[in-house]
Amino acid sequence: MKPPPFVYHDPATVPEAVDLLSRLDNALPLAGGQSLMPMLNFRVVAPDHLVDLNRIDALSGIAIAGGVGRFGAMTRQRDLEFSPDVARAFPIMQEALSHVGHRQTRNRGTFGGSLCHLDPSAELLNMTALHDGVLTATSKSGERKIASTEWVQGIMTNALRAGEMLTGIELRAWMPGHGFAFEEFARRHGDFAIAAVGCLVVLDASGTIEKAALCVSGLGPGPARLAGAEKLMAGQRPSHELFRAAAVEAEALDAVDDAFVTAAYRKHLARVLTYRALERAVAGRADRRSAA
Amino acid sequence: MSNRRKIKLTVNGQDYERETETRTTLVDFLRHELDLTGTHVGCEHGVCGACTVLVDGISARGCLMLAVQAAGKKITTVEGLANPDGSLNTLQQAFMDNHGLQCGFCTPGMLTTLTEFLAHNPDPSETEVRIAISGNLCRCTGYQSIVAAALQAARVMREGKS
Repeated sequence: MKPPPFVYHDPATVPEAVDLLSRLDNALPLAGGQSLMPMLNFRVVAPDHLVDLNRIDALSGIAIAGGVGRFGAMTRQRDLEFSPDVARAFPIMQEALSHVGHRQTRNRGTFGGSLCHLDPSAELLNMTALHDGVLTATSKSGERKIASTEWVQGIMTNALRAGEMLTGIELRAWMPGHGFAFEEFARRHGDFAIAAVGCLVVLDASGTIEKAALCVSGLGPGPARLAGAEKLMAGQRPSHELFRAAAVEAEALDAVDDAFVTAAYRKHLARVLTYRALERAVAGRADRRSAA
Repeated sequence: MSNRRKIKLTVNGQDYERETETRTTLVDFLRHELDLTGTHVGCEHGVCGACTVLVDGISARGCLMLAVQAAGKKITTVEGLANPDGSLNTLQQAFMDNHGLQCGFCTPGMLTTLTEFLAHNPDPSETEVRIAISGNLCRCTGYQSIVAAALQAARVMREGKS
C-alpha cells in the first residue's frame, strides 16, 4: 500500500508540463490525486515519471462572462463548490458537488482531474455534458478543442492523445432563474453513484417548457444526454404524464452489470431519477438533497 | 534526477527541513520522519479519513498527498490542536465530555475535519455535522457521540465569541 518508485517532476508552467509529458516514457500527470494516489498506493499503476501539476498556478481559475464559464483544469472542486459566481451561473453545480466524495477529497480534487480519470458516474462529467462543455487539450503543437460529446471514448478512456493534457473546460451557462435538479442514488453518501441524473429547465411566463436538458450518468462509460426527451418536452406544459414519457428514454439506455448492481436495476433507477429530477427542476424547489 | 528531495515545511508551528523519498506520502512522512504518530494510517486509499490533516488550514487526506507536495505549506496535525498550555481545546474537551471516542483510531481525522468544518460553519445543524464527518469512518461510537461533541463544541465556541 505504498506508491512504487517513480521520478517526480513538478513543473511551474504548462509548456514545461507538456514538454515532460511528450518527452518521457510512461509518464502520468498528477492533478488533485484523489483517484491517482489511491491507484499508486494500490500499485494499480506504476508510472516511471510522475508530472505533478499542482505548482502550475495558471491552470487554476474560474472566469464567467458572456454566458460562458471558463475553468482551469486544476480548479479544485472546493473552489467550484464555494464560488458565488458558479452558484449564480451554474446553480446545479453545488448540488452535484455535494455528492462528489467528501469535503477532504473535494479540497484537493480538481475539475480536470475528475474529467480525465473518467469514472463513468462522475458528477462533474455529468455537469460538463449537461452544459454542452468544450474541453481544451494542450500539446507542444498547440491547443485543440474537444466537445464533451467526443470526450468519452470508452470505459475510463478519454479523448486525449499522446503528449496532450487537459488544460481548460468551458461550460455554457443557462439563463438566470432556470430550474435545475441533480438526483443521485448511491449506497452511501459520497460513494460512486449507481445512477445519477442532471436536469435543467427553462419555463416561459405562461409556465410552458421552453427548453430542457437531461443527462444520465452511471449506465454506460460516460454520461448520456436524453436528446429525445429534451425534444419531446420543448413547448409542452409540464405534467406528470410528460415527465413519465420523458423518463422512458432513460430506461432505454444501454447499461452494464457489475458485481453489485444489475443493468436492469440501473435502468430502473435512471427512469425514476429522471422523473424526480424533472419534477423538482420544474417545481423550482431548491431544497438540496444531500443524503443519497 | 534523484528520487529523493529536501523539503521545508511547517508542522504545528514548528519549521522542519528533511530529505524524503519523492514517493513518500505526507502521512508516512509525518509519522516516520517527524515522529508525529498522532495522525493515523488506516485504509491508505482515501476512504477512512483517519489520516486527515490540515494543509494551510484546509483538510486533506494525508495518504493521498505526497510529502513533497507539502513543501512550503503549513500543516496542522492532531498534535497541534491543544491549547498553548497543553490543555484540551474546546473541540477536544467536547469529545471527552460526550464520549466522542472509544479506541481513538478515527479521532485525529475527526478532530482535524471538524476543526476546519466548525471554522467555516460555526452554527451547523445536526445533518450538516453528519455530512461533514461522512468521510471519516468510526467503528466504535455509532457517530452519535461524535455528532453531540461537535454540536457542543460549536455552541461553546459561539458563546465564547459573543
